[in-house]
Amino acid sequence: MKFKARVHTSLKKSVLDPQGQTTLHALETMGFKEARSIRIGKYFELVLEAADRKKAEESLHAMCDKLLHNPVIEEYSFEIQEMPL
Amino acid sequence: MKAAVIVFPGSNCDTDCFHALRDVMKVPVEFVWHKERNFPKVDLVVIPGGFSYGDYLRTGAIARFSPVMDAVTKHAAGGRSVVGICNGFQILLEAGLLPGAMLRNKTLQFICKHTWIRTEENLTMFTGKMEPGEVLCVPIAHGEGNYYCDDDTLKSLHDHDQVVFRYCSETGEVGEAFNPNGSKDHIAGIVNAKKNVLGMMPHPERASEDLLGSSDGRKIWESLLNVLG
Repeated sequence: MKFKARVHTSLKKSVLDPQGQTTLHALETMGFKEARSIRIGKYFELVLEAADRKKAEESLHAMCDKLLHNPVIEEYSFEIQEMPL
Repeated sequence: MKAAVIVFPGSNCDTDCFHALRDVMKVPVEFVWHKERNFPKVDLVVIPGGFSYGDYLRTGAIARFSPVMDAVTKHAAGGRSVVGICNGFQILLEAGLLPGAMLRNKTLQFICKHTWIRTEENLTMFTGKMEPGEVLCVPIAHGEGNYYCDDDTLKSLHDHDQVVFRYCSETGEVGEAFNPNGSKDHIAGIVNAKKNVLGMMPHPERASEDLLGSSDGRKIWESLLNVLG
């Protein structure tokens, strides 16, 4: 089966995000006073083959742990959907 | 002492390191391409600066899986010396050979300038030629040198004398005003617990000859020569 995954990584809450802060400041300067916080992260669209959804989730966790995110500074989440044949 | 300089696609300080070791320090040195699974038996491995794999994903994140890194890990596990400079430091962090991670500079700017760093620990093979607290003038050139680790790791680094260099003023004063990139506790360089792996953001190879404005970086090579012969 083929699955499509959307993986998000971003800096942990405890880690300062200089890009996010600067972007928030820019929004405020532009007059968007309602903006309260920004965390900038990365977004991956990944297509993978797996026997079933559980196996797909297992490989995604492994990929995130090994390469896609750095556990020292980042956290990740993903959602997956089965792709039509 | 024999040395090897690892070359990744996107390394750009490899020839500078090679030059500093061979022409300035008169050390036998060779380049090792990152696809090499076995490199020659050497005493010192230098992972140079640059933009390995274009800094894709995260700095050092892809290079860390290059075939040569297995050999570097074994080399380090055997107690032999490794120096990672700038991108080399980032690769060592991603590889887990040193604790912590790099964030984008606090200013978001790429910073290329001479900095002052204070020798916090002179009982390592990399710093034996320095006096305690000795201040060195060594340039930095990076966009992601904002060293980060959690508070427990920082405490452990200090408890085990692993913080080797911190950014400071010309007279050795440490403080926000002298920290170019926002790094935690003004850290510029650390060693692993066994003290045979050094990672530092400043470039000693760019400060190994008077012609370059400073030859303070030579002291690192001299310290290694002193121990490794």
